This record gives sequence, structure tokens and C-alpha cells, in this order.
Amino acid sequence: MGLFTGLKDSISRVTDRLFSEQEPKRIGIYGPPNAGKTTLANRIARDWTGDAIGTESHVPHETRRARRKENVEIERNGKSVTIDIVDTPGVTTKVDYEEFTDEMDKEDAIRRSREATEGVAEAMHWLREDVDGVIYVLDSAEDPITQVNTMLIGIIESRDLPVLIFANKIDLEESSIKRIEDAFPQHKTVPLSAKEGKNMDEVYENIAEYFG
Amino acid sequence: MPEATNADDGKGADGVQIDLISGERMNGLTSMEKIRMILDGVHDGNIVILEEGLSPDEESKLIEVTMAEISPDEFNGIEIETYPKSSTRDSSLLGRIMGTDESANKLTVIGPANQIETLHKDETLISALVSRN
Repeated sequence: MGLFTGLKDSISRVTDRLFSEQEPKRIGIYGPPNAGKTTLANRIARDWTGDAIGTESHVPHETRRARRKENVEIERNGKSVTIDIVDTPGVTTKVDYEEFTDEMDKEDAIRRSREATEGVAEAMHWLREDVDGVIYVLDSAEDPITQVNTMLIGIIESRDLPVLIFANKIDLEESSIKRIEDAFPQHKTVPLSAKEGKNMDEVYENIAEYFG
Repeated sequence: MPEATNADDGKGADGVQIDLISGERMNGLTSMEKIRMILDGVHDGNIVILEEGLSPDEESKLIEVTMAEISPDEFNGIEIETYPKSSTRDSSLLGRIMGTDESANKLTVIGPANQIETLHKDETLISALVSRN
């Protein structure tokens, strides 16, 4: 094979890979701690592959390392998308091991906080380097206008990553979807309850439409 | 690398040092130098106020480096508030391409999480209640 032909083939392989329909998109599930990211990731994974991704818990930072479920094929209304779901630890600017000492002894609390800090650092690194789109999960019963949320949405926007905002926990009485829509009017907000499986059809329609 | 230093090193003084860092001083620094300057100040227990905020990329790196430096019983992270909100949503395409408006006109307050009791923000004011220990 001549040099020119080899170069042409090599370029062709790269462009084929870049524009391949088959290449799964890495969709990161980001958001603050306890917003329900792992519950949502598990719901999506179970619905489309039959397996869960990780353990759900009310204790903050249950997800200490990013976890990935590959080749999840989502199809709705004739549109389909194959994604790798990356469930990330809740992003925060502080982690104090004493927050966990009610639930476990000091040694375990310190280990949990160390793992949590490594997980958040890894999640931030991935956001800059390795994610094709973002599902940003918020607890709709909480005030969405926090520095971490504003900062994270700003970081995602600055990278021009497609982002869908999921207003989770609509089963709670204090839930307010409007509060989230008003906070981030520049992005589509999809209400849901990952725990109860409410509104998942609209969730999948939007994932297939938006990331497909 | 320039450092925000204390006139008397702040050691033994009964107070909280506030470092107000001008945009001019930050402009000559790399991203990692800015982050180092902020975190060195915060590790010393200082409140750091940036006349011009960080770019989204620098904010992301600040969180990442902060996480790497958290240590039980010594340093448990930062509190941070910025106003006005991130300018990225209103950025013009030209501004993004030229990279000119990423950190335009936002003031940022950063302090040690174990010393800042509350950090409240409204439309025009950031208010911090700081403990001395």
C-alpha cells in the first residue's frame, strides 16, 4: 500500500469513527448530592438492559466513584440513541467526614469522605475531557439556585455540551417544577420521579430526541 | 509566583484576613497559579475576594484541586459565591470564540468551609458570617 493510500485510509477511519452512528454517546449524570442521580441511572439501566448500576441511599455521597453502564439503547417515537450512562458522585465544594459520623464510625466516615473527594475530582475531570452530553438532576423540592448548580451549569454551557435538566422527586409535596424552570430557563426541564417511575416516557422521549 | 500575603502573616492575630485580589493581579497568572493563590489563602484561613471571577474552566479546576486537598480534621473544602451569575449563558458567539468574556465582571468570594458559617447571596450583595476558629 502506498503512503498516500495508507494516509487516505487512516483519515477515512478517523472520520468514520467521528461520525459513526454506532458510537455510543457518553452521557454524564451530574447534579448535587442526594438529587437522585443513582436512582435515575438505575431506573434507566433496568428499563433498557435489566441491570442496575449502583447502590441507592439517603446518605450523601453514597456514589463515591463514577460508574458506567455501557451501550444502553433507548428508543422512543421512532428515534433512538445508544448511550453509555455515567453516574457521577454529587458535585460539591466541601466534604466533611463528620457529616457521616451519625451513620458510621469515624474510620469509615473518613474513608467515605476520602472516596467522595476523589470521586468528585474525577467527575469534574471527566466533565472537561470525556463527556458528550449531560443529564443534570435536581431535587425539585430544594432551591435550585445554589452556587454549585449555577457554577456547574455554567461550566457545562461553556463546553457547549448538550444538557437536559431533570426535575426529580416530583412525588414530594414540596416539589416545584416551576422553580427549576425559572432558575434555568435556557434549558429544557423534564419533571420526573425516578423513585416511583413517574413520567419516564417523557424522560426517554427527551433523551432519544435530544442526544440522538 | 505572586502571592497574596499578610502584612504580619496573620499568625496569632485575633481576626480574619480578607484578601481582595485585583483583576490586574490575576490577569498575569496561569489558571493553576490563580487556583494555587486562592487555595493557599483559604488554607491560611483567609477570605479571598476576586475582583474578576474565574472562567468556567478555572472554576471546574478549582473544585477538582479543592477535592484533592481535603483532609480530615484539617481542611474540609471551600465556600464560594459569585455575582452576577455566570455570564456564559449570555455570551455572544464571538465572545466565546475569542474567549474574551468568560470571566467578565463577576466578583467571587471564596473562604474556608469550616470558618464560613453562612454565605448568603442576593441580587446585589454577598454576605458572609465568618467564625474566627
